[in-house]
Amino acid sequence: MCTLEKRGQLFLLKLTGNGEHRLNPTLLDNLRSAITQIRSDPSSSRSLLITTSDGKFFSNGYDLALAESDPSLRVVMDSKLRSLVADLISLPMPTIAAVTGHASAAGFVLAMSHDYVLMRRDRGFLYMSELDIELVIPAWFVAVIRMKIGSPAARRDVMLTAEKVTAERGLEMGIVDSSYGSAAETIEAAIKLGEEIVRRGVDGYVYGRMRETLLKQVLHTIGSNESASNRMRNSGSKL
Amino acid sequence: MCTLEKRGNIFLLTLTGDNEHRFHPDAIATILSLLGQAKSQANRGSVLITTGHGKFFSNGFDLAWAQSSGSLAGAAERLHQMVESFKPVVAALLDLPMPTIAALNGHAAAAGLMLALSHDYVYMRRDRGVLYMSEVDIGLSMPDYFAAMIRSKIGTSAARREVLLSGKKIRGEEAVALGIVDSAAHDSAEGVVEATVGLAEKLAAKKWKGDVYASIRKSLYPELCEILGLKATIFATPKL
Repeated sequence: MCTLEKRGQLFLLKLTGNGEHRLNPTLLDNLRSAITQIRSDPSSSRSLLITTSDGKFFSNGYDLALAESDPSLRVVMDSKLRSLVADLISLPMPTIAAVTGHASAAGFVLAMSHDYVLMRRDRGFLYMSELDIELVIPAWFVAVIRMKIGSPAARRDVMLTAEKVTAERGLEMGIVDSSYGSAAETIEAAIKLGEEIVRRGVDGYVYGRMRETLLKQVLHTIGSNESASNRMRNSGSKL
Repeated sequence: MCTLEKRGNIFLLTLTGDNEHRFHPDAIATILSLLGQAKSQANRGSVLITTGHGKFFSNGFDLAWAQSSGSLAGAAERLHQMVESFKPVVAALLDLPMPTIAALNGHAAAAGLMLALSHDYVYMRRDRGVLYMSEVDIGLSMPDYFAAMIRSKIGTSAARREVLLSGKKIRGEEAVALGIVDSAAHDSAEGVVEATVGLAEKLAAKKWKGDVYASIRKSLYPELCEILGLKATIFATPKL
């Protein structure tokens, strides 16, 4: 489901296989284990994380079909992703999302939970799909969006038109830092950027604490108990 | 003073008469009631467009009515009454289960600008009409929900300063550059309305579920919703 490699001082976390990389409980657990591994590596304070994926998708969001079969899993997936994102926010090293495929809803949030977003521009989009699939957007997703997207009009376009944001539009909106002609070029650029950053010799622990301070509001919203009515819930009606 | 028409999917709310469309308590009550009507008739694919006749979209609260009370205390009370009774209009627009578009035929000042900004999309004329927060010029203080609206809809600190503190009359091109409006491309009121109808048809074609749309809209503006006492809560079943 995911693999973790080390190349010099760069950790490469990859969502594997040609599927949609739906954030089901198992994948979320695997991702968290990988992060824990990274954190406990002795050289972690002088390292950097790059997250990427195989195939057409970065991640197509939560496993909604699974949640349909067992509604209690909605809460489980939401809770696990909160923990994963909180982990990424406190990670004592810079993070880069090399987005080489579609990132939708929770998958989009996962990409945005990285310090840098590099994206291919030949294919793929970022997509807050909830409006199109008749789901509300959890308050903590909105907190991430508000943090990472500065313009009110861009936030409206992302959330309230469910725009399929290409790399070019992502650059305009400030969600994407730079774009590349192919998946391979995107990953290559992420590695190059990673090596540049690591060369500056920043102390990862200081970096991680600073990021937490910057994203304090997001952490607060992640940690807060939303009222039950704000969560995804099966109203009992048939689809 | 205000009418609601239905044209296919589009609800057209018009501030009628060639006057300043000042928000007297009666006008406020009428607008609120018409928004309630639109809400009750909402369907998937409904869209609201709000526009006006004449030189003004709206020049804000009816200050002449406030002053005609005969005393300073009376004027303050009437102004307070308008400020408080306008809050539900803003809330109703934030809560409306359909996309909303303001088609500015002319000037939008103070509460009139607030009405415009309460919509999801704002189009204005390029050739005529200004946006103007007059409060700093006439010595009025700023209601908390006005300031929250500015913070919610206008992103940069320079733009907020220009709108709130400079007393500037902002024309179409500058309004677009400052990120206050979405478009100022047309040189007539008819052109603006036509453009908003085009946008409305695109949005209507998505056939979004109104209560989901409203809920997501409210979650975009948590501070404003808090001040207005609006909750962004619904149960939703995903369409798989």
